[in-house]
Amino acid sequence: MATYLLKRLGMTVIVVLAVMTFLSLLVHLVPGDPVEIVLGPQATPAQVEVVRAEMGLDNPIPIQVWDFVVGALQGDLGLDFLSRTPVTQLIAQAIPHTVVLAITALALAALVGIPLGVYAARRQNSLADRAMALLSIGFITMPSYIAALLLLIVFAVQLDVLPAVGTGSFANPLDYAIHLVLPASALAITWIGYVARLVRTSMLSVLGSNYVRTSRAFGVRDRIIFYKWALKNAIIPTLAVLSSGLADLLGGAVLVEIIFSRPGLGRLTVEAISERNFPVVQGAVLVIALFYVLTNLLADLSYRLVDPRIRVEESAVGA
Amino acid sequence: MTDDGRIKNDPYLLEVDGLDVTYHSQGRALAALQDVTITARPGEIIGIVGESGCGKSTLSAALLGLLPPNGEVTGGRALYQGRDLFTLGPEERRRLRGTEISMVFQDPLTSLNPTLTIGSQMLDVLRAHSPARADRAEARRRIVEMLERVGIPDPAARLRSYPHEFSGGQRQRIMIAMALLLEPALLIADEVTSALDVTLEAQILQLLCDLRDERGTTILFITHDLGVVAQICDRVVVMYAGRTVEEAEVTELFDRPLHPYTEALLASVPSRRRRGSELPTIPGRVPSLAELPEGCAFANRCAHAEPCCGEQRPRYVEVTGQRVRCHLYDPESGHANLRQPSAATTGRKEQP
Repeated sequence: MATYLLKRLGMTVIVVLAVMTFLSLLVHLVPGDPVEIVLGPQATPAQVEVVRAEMGLDNPIPIQVWDFVVGALQGDLGLDFLSRTPVTQLIAQAIPHTVVLAITALALAALVGIPLGVYAARRQNSLADRAMALLSIGFITMPSYIAALLLLIVFAVQLDVLPAVGTGSFANPLDYAIHLVLPASALAITWIGYVARLVRTSMLSVLGSNYVRTSRAFGVRDRIIFYKWALKNAIIPTLAVLSSGLADLLGGAVLVEIIFSRPGLGRLTVEAISERNFPVVQGAVLVIALFYVLTNLLADLSYRLVDPRIRVEESAVGA
Repeated sequence: MTDDGRIKNDPYLLEVDGLDVTYHSQGRALAALQDVTITARPGEIIGIVGESGCGKSTLSAALLGLLPPNGEVTGGRALYQGRDLFTLGPEERRRLRGTEISMVFQDPLTSLNPTLTIGSQMLDVLRAHSPARADRAEARRRIVEMLERVGIPDPAARLRSYPHEFSGGQRQRIMIAMALLLEPALLIADEVTSALDVTLEAQILQLLCDLRDERGTTILFITHDLGVVAQICDRVVVMYAGRTVEEAEVTELFDRPLHPYTEALLASVPSRRRRGSELPTIPGRVPSLAELPEGCAFANRCAHAEPCCGEQRPRYVEVTGQRVRCHLYDPESGHANLRQPSAATTGRKEQP
């Protein structure tokens, strides 16, 4: 386990460094002179030189990469071009909204998806199971922005029971939670479908396995077989999908944040891109990449906790 | 134990009589078992022999009450200690499983739950049959004792091991320990040694024999291996295409097979006497459940078949202590070459 942990952490570090390098080169990958794009056509050559020096673009490229990586590692992502606020501060303001949204959506996906899947597995091939299959596939194929618009129209406009835009304030948790309902549902809907299907399939594959037949032959109750054995095995793939889902949800939050006007990481990134605000884009994308890498790491480690066979294969390989 | 008079006079522990099991598949009814008749006395080891697909596994599922949802008992009865299993409700049948009738399966790797420790799986079995607040220490003691009995070294320390941490032979021992944990009177052993090498096979067979001798457990030993049958069984039931075709004491069956299928089966076992000559095989193949004939299922492969064989279902007739489902031995069948039991004798010694 220790060897594995070290290897896995080493890989993570390499990925993060590669992402940083790529981001620091981002400025040069966009066509045109970044400084002129930022300053616009009316800028004087003197102004261009000042900004170029300030952005460090007069340094050789390897130095630029080095400076960005070292800065990022020290928590310095530069200044916002327009407002001159540190990028880290902008990100720190945006992140809580996005993280709360993604985690709420994830929790919703698990809390609704798992019971739906269990129910469908319990009543395999019944009418309810078939109806659920149809519903799940509908959910999976529905993009979050469509779901967001539908939810907006129904609950915010026609029924007028939930707020349409904004986040409410953190100071008033109830208000904040109410503002969270529609965006989180919109974001979760695909994942509810996924999780329901996944749980059903994994449980049925366990229920058809030889060891379930064995325990039945020894008189173990179906209830125990179903909830203790089948569900435990179904949890592994579900954990896998959910933890990789967290990163996906953070990305998917972009559209939902725009539709619901939530000042999160997604909106920050999109606005920065449209303004060619490179330091903000770099910072925001770096944070999202870090989320991906870390959630994948956590996912890998969590399987190991749930499934003892993976631990052993690992130690056999590691030895 | 075949020469043990005590056993011969004991009442039957299990009496399967005319059992029919039908599978419903895509609107068709397939007869998986037809007229299966088996009796077992306490402490006997009954071999159930047949090719794959002959209904051996359906038989064990039916006895345990674990037929798949599309399978149904459509006729006959199975008396266990005088009670017909098929009239019991699902909860009554569940309570019998493990405590009265238990089972050991073929593949010990996939038959144990890979994500639970051995101790936890065995505890689940105990808990399934005793009140929820059963004494943990007592349960543990029973599990350790049982594991020790089947030959798992240092069982107390191995309770927290997972199935993949044991060897194949040990896993099968654990399966047997789980099956016998609640001291069932009837154990169904389904191809328990097929996945093991010969040395391990001998050890497991010895273990089953010893356990039978100690506890008087009746064992239905399902196998396709006649050599194993000869080693451990007291009596043998031969199945073909979902029907029982012959039943005999093990020595009688080998000395004097009555049914042409049994003869052919024995002839196809390699032996030293026939070394160098080509191994006889049975021509043709087992009919599929969808194309079972009206009459004898073996008729299309049988050297002695006559028109009556394909048309009339043979009766299960008693011939000098053996039972056989073949027109050759049924005087009322109208078969042209009726066999007298003595005519079929091949150098059989007179039993005392």
